[in-house]
Amino acid sequence: MKLFDTDTFREILDSLLRNKSRSLLTGFGVFWGVFMLMLLIGGGQGLKGLLMKNFEGFAQNTGIAFSSQTSKPYKGFKKGRTWNMTYADVERLKNLVPELETVTPTVSFWGRSIARGEKSFSDAVVKGVRPDYANIETPKLRYGRYLTDSDNAAERKVCVLGKKIYTNLFPEGGDPCGQRIRIDGSYFTVVGVDWNEGQISINGSADETVSIPLNLARKAYNQGNIVHLICFTGKEGIAISDITPRVREVVNRAHYVDPTDEQALFIMNTQLIFGIVDNLFRGINFLVWLIGLGTLLAGIIGVSNIMMVSVRERTTEIGIRRAIGATPRQILGQILSESIVLTLVAGMSGIVFSVLILAGVEMAMTQGGILKAAFQVPFATAVLAAMLLTVLGVAAGAMPASRALQIKPVDAMRDE
Amino acid sequence: MALIELKDINKTYNNGQPLHVLKGINLQIEQGEFVAIMGASGSGKSTLLNILGILDNYDTGTYLLDGTLMKDLSEKQAASYRNHMIGFIFQSFNLISFKTAVENVELPLYYQGVPRRQRHEKAMEYLEKLGLTSWAGHFPNEMSGGQKQRVAIARALITQPRIILADEPTGALDSKTSVEVMQLLKRLNQEEGITIIVVTHESGVANETDKIIHIKDGVIGKIEENTRHDAWQGGLIK
Repeated sequence: MKLFDTDTFREILDSLLRNKSRSLLTGFGVFWGVFMLMLLIGGGQGLKGLLMKNFEGFAQNTGIAFSSQTSKPYKGFKKGRTWNMTYADVERLKNLVPELETVTPTVSFWGRSIARGEKSFSDAVVKGVRPDYANIETPKLRYGRYLTDSDNAAERKVCVLGKKIYTNLFPEGGDPCGQRIRIDGSYFTVVGVDWNEGQISINGSADETVSIPLNLARKAYNQGNIVHLICFTGKEGIAISDITPRVREVVNRAHYVDPTDEQALFIMNTQLIFGIVDNLFRGINFLVWLIGLGTLLAGIIGVSNIMMVSVRERTTEIGIRRAIGATPRQILGQILSESIVLTLVAGMSGIVFSVLILAGVEMAMTQGGILKAAFQVPFATAVLAAMLLTVLGVAAGAMPASRALQIKPVDAMRDE
Repeated sequence: MALIELKDINKTYNNGQPLHVLKGINLQIEQGEFVAIMGASGSGKSTLLNILGILDNYDTGTYLLDGTLMKDLSEKQAASYRNHMIGFIFQSFNLISFKTAVENVELPLYYQGVPRRQRHEKAMEYLEKLGLTSWAGHFPNEMSGGQKQRVAIARALITQPRIILADEPTGALDSKTSVEVMQLLKRLNQEEGITIIVVTHESGVANETDKIIHIKDGVIGKIEENTRHDAWQGGLIK
């Protein structure tokens, strides 16, 4: 039996269209199952994308250390002492923890006002960074360049603007490089615009940040030797959580702080956070598949049931076909193809419909031509779903088809 | 050699209580004969027809169709023999209701794998032969009983079978149409030389045939030669 000749196809359409509303309602079960499955997969993926957007630019194996009040007494010091990390700690870490790749100090100042002529932005974060901070939070430069070593060494009054600050100060758009803006009363030359939107608030949102050379910031804000944050990345293959205790020990010991005092030196581990998000969405994915496949299965059972009814109704017809020379295989093929066609058509429309809805969601999530998160199901998933549908169609048709095979041609004449 | 040769055919149905329906049937039918199998209901005539049509199995004995033993056939072989050798005509016409007349006639060729256009041409040819050209696009429920039976005859003929098996072909028809249908079968027998076996319980119908085989309680009674068609004086009237 050829599956795709017009005759076979017409036979199938004939019998499916004979009970239009029944085929439609049966197909709807499958349609809804596939639709829900695809929509949930797309939705879950989109939500994950939105959540991941908060970590945009951050290296996955980053640690961020900052000092706080001690929580344990150590070497004659009481607990509750305040202390600060210094630039010496950066050198210590580089020398004593060889697993570290980048170790970079930063200072940051919150609630600063930035102005350009009449326009101003009042709640900015001014960050003093070294150029190697780019290894921690990769800038997504829309215009210009990032800070350089010579900017830092020469303490040049240059800055890189965050996206939100740029759009506030330069509402007309265009390349702002070379223009001058005012940060807390001093004038700086803009050298770049960073388009990142990462929301890791431990060091201020990237889009509300103005980055200036570290050495300049130290002096301008009179910080002396104090370091606010030390950011570090592990070398290839090194898990941050493995070296965190060593980092803490090195820094704490130099400041007479208990080397195990986790409150005194808090170390944020992005790897850990990524892991949590990953686990969360693994759980969500599991639920999505459970619910989606469950709904789909209910639809398939509906198809199987209706095919069963249909075979019973058509006992005479099948008997006649057998009497005039249809082989069991041809009958089997017909029932199976009816089931497959019904399942596939319904399922495909489910896929198409969910793709359309997801495309709509993506359109709503797009701002300024940039998509916030991908909601669309991957093509491979859709192909997989289509193959799954074919298999399910065969499965749904199997029982009714075997029932049809039991119909003997003699039965055709028994309706008298 | 006879076209159909039955030797000591036995058939028992085992539905609850065993029912011995055919008790040693011996029968020979030659190529080109026009035969009636007559008997009351329950005599086993339908069972015999089912066995002749390879629609049912028999328990013991031998059935040679054109010299080939019809026993323990696979479903596929049986389907092929039915398709190529035998045309069926049923009492209740057994047309497929959602197919037009011409589609019904085409169906046996569809199962032979004949291409659509060729199939359609041939079906139209047979419908024309039976005077149904203008009804080709109609569905069975739009036609009269006689027309339906003629469509069924066209369907039986289209594979050019050696034998036509008719199970009470006039059972659902009025007397006038019954005569027409029987005349048609007679003509097919005479002009095309097709072997026709009619199962009936009506003597008027049987009288139209050349040979009447009486079956009673699962055994063959007398076999009448009926070349003068006077076995029953009343003619074909119900």
